[in-house]
Amino acid sequence: MADLSFDQTQQSKFGKTTLRIILYVLLTLFALYYLLPLFVMVTTSLKSLEEIRTGSLIALPREITFDAWKIAWASACTGIQCEGLRPYFWNSVLLAVPAVLLSTLLGALNGYVVAQWRFRGANLIFSLMLFGCFIPFQVVLLPMARLLGLMGIAGTIPGLIFVHVIYGIGFTTLFFRNYYVTIPSELVKAAKVDGANFLRIFWSIFLPLSLPIIVVTVIWQFTQIWNDFLFGVSFSQAGTQPVTVALNNIVNSTTGVKEYNVDMAAAIIAALPTLLVYVVAGKYFIRGLTAGSVKG
Amino acid sequence: MAPILDIQNLFKNYGTTEILKNINVSIEPGDFLVLVGPSGCGKSTLLNCIAGLEPTTGGNLFIDGQDMTHVSPKDRDIAMVFQSYALYPTMSVAKNITFGMKVRGVDAATQERKLNEVANQLQIEPLLNRRPGQLSGGQRQRVAMGRALVRDPKLFLFDEPLSNLDAKLRVEMRSEIKKLHQNLGATMVYVTHDQIEAMTLATKIVVMRGGVIQQIGTPAEIYNKPANLFVADFMGSPAMNLIPATVLRNGKGAQIEISREGKEPILLHDQKAIDLPEKVILGLRPEDIAEAGFRAGENIQEAECHVEMVEPAGADTYVVSELGGKQVTARLHAETRASAGENLRFAFDLAKASYFEPETGNRLN
Ligand SMILES: Nc1ncnc2c1ncn2[C@@H]1O[C@H](COP(=O)(O)OP(=O)(O)OP(=O)(O)O)[C@@H](O)[C@H]1O
Ligand SMILES: [Mg+2]
Repeated sequence: MADLSFDQTQQSKFGKTTLRIILYVLLTLFALYYLLPLFVMVTTSLKSLEEIRTGSLIALPREITFDAWKIAWASACTGIQCEGLRPYFWNSVLLAVPAVLLSTLLGALNGYVVAQWRFRGANLIFSLMLFGCFIPFQVVLLPMARLLGLMGIAGTIPGLIFVHVIYGIGFTTLFFRNYYVTIPSELVKAAKVDGANFLRIFWSIFLPLSLPIIVVTVIWQFTQIWNDFLFGVSFSQAGTQPVTVALNNIVNSTTGVKEYNVDMAAAIIAALPTLLVYVVAGKYFIRGLTAGSVKG
Repeated sequence: MAPILDIQNLFKNYGTTEILKNINVSIEPGDFLVLVGPSGCGKSTLLNCIAGLEPTTGGNLFIDGQDMTHVSPKDRDIAMVFQSYALYPTMSVAKNITFGMKVRGVDAATQERKLNEVANQLQIEPLLNRRPGQLSGGQRQRVAMGRALVRDPKLFLFDEPLSNLDAKLRVEMRSEIKKLHQNLGATMVYVTHDQIEAMTLATKIVVMRGGVIQQIGTPAEIYNKPANLFVADFMGSPAMNLIPATVLRNGKGAQIEISREGKEPILLHDQKAIDLPEKVILGLRPEDIAEAGFRAGENIQEAECHVEMVEPAGADTYVVSELGGKQVTARLHAETRASAGENLRFAFDLAKASYFEPETGNRLN
């Protein structure tokens, strides 16, 4: 009897290890598959044009040179101007940071109201906001252009911020609302009896609880806004274009030979901030997505 | 003395559903009012109305003589302890307790002094720097009490503060709350559906059912003279025996006849029953039925009954028998020789008997 059961555990242990190995092999393959494009981009951006023309696509650079990066950053042509990505990168920063902060803050306030300060019509308003998440971008382009014109902020960075905040509120409200409904309503009642008002309860009790969902929302919004192309190309002018639009212009302004290394470097530069946000805050992202109710 | 809390004709609807119907209660300073009733009868709703956390639909509510019907919770001078304790999860115990004072702009020195007083009183000094998540259930309960005590309000409101604790801790905390009430002389409104808690703590009990007050009275009144069948059945454990019976009258007096299956009926004299209608429901507490020969009293009458079940409970032994088509529980001393399936002579004491109208359930005597 004893021998038999010993045998069985041995066997199942063996089975488990095999499964593990298969799992890791598969995961590694998938990881390689997804990393390959990035690998090609990074290596290509470090090669000289000469080497790109003569060498193989997936070969490591024989000679590492940052020239392409310098050009992409400071002197690549985006049409008639040749200042590289730099000014547009800062446009994107000036656009994304306030838009992310504003839409997150508004989402937090909205979510707090919808989840904890039920009022007549709260459900309807929340449904409308949800609906707003699913309106295709293309539908709002013309009315939005008109509205921006009326407001006198057409073609400006504040105008773009406005568009992104409006468009983001639906999602950010949804995130915060779903997080805040898990917080027992007795917490609000206790704070009311303690004498705190609407904003005080939000500030002292809800915001401190919200770190995980703030991280989720910020990552989400930042990715959306930084990577946006359509709004950027529709509602900006020559001096206010975001980095995505500039990237497109660099890649498409064909003057003579195609500078693949510059294009790749520019693409990486444009993608770097979102990558960075994930690396820094990704841990909290997962945690925030799975965060459950708060036990007082 | 002027009542500290006076509720007049209070109604509360959620949409079209009536939750509270015409509530009238008033309590004096120092009272310990306990609201009891089955789940969903509106106890928490009433408490929330008193606190101002829910708007009322009709009626008036006075605290210390002032009309508070439409005043916001923070201006009612009340403190509340919630069933889930509702401690602020990101604040330390000390911050939880002082939050109310901080919001109200009390100076730091006073905050500190009051915090220490309360922490000392509740013996939670070692916990002051912890977060609520790092506390046991009993400790959280204490902190929640501390948050209320530190305010020194006109009225304390408790919503089932002990229901999340295990049985032993509950008994401990119960006597602590009782002590606290006696030491502070504070006025308290306390919700529970544990009727032992109600009996031990209250100076006044309100029994509710379906949003309607069934009876208001001292624990003794509620226990000895329940106003209707619902109260009789709800308060007391084991519950009051409610036995269908017939009132027989002759020249001399009244007799209560209780039918039995396959046996001659039991006849019990009770002069109180003289004016009662013919069909009644007799209410007898288990302790009013004893083993013959072990009980002395004025109006003790004996009858032989068939024992169906014996349940020893330590200090007492409960014996179940069938009378009038109902399971009837008698409370016997622990050493009784009663055994299931045999006959035993029971002694009935009708001095505290209650009579109820079978249709309406209302008390008759
Ligand atoms: N926000 C609400 N909307 C609609 N109905 C509600 C709401 N809150 C409570 N109710 C209803 O009001 C009734 C009374 O609820 P309440 O919470 O006061 O009961 P309770 O006596 O405290 O019960 P328990 O002992 O289970 O806590 C219940 O039937 C409940 O369904
Ligand atoms: Mg309740």
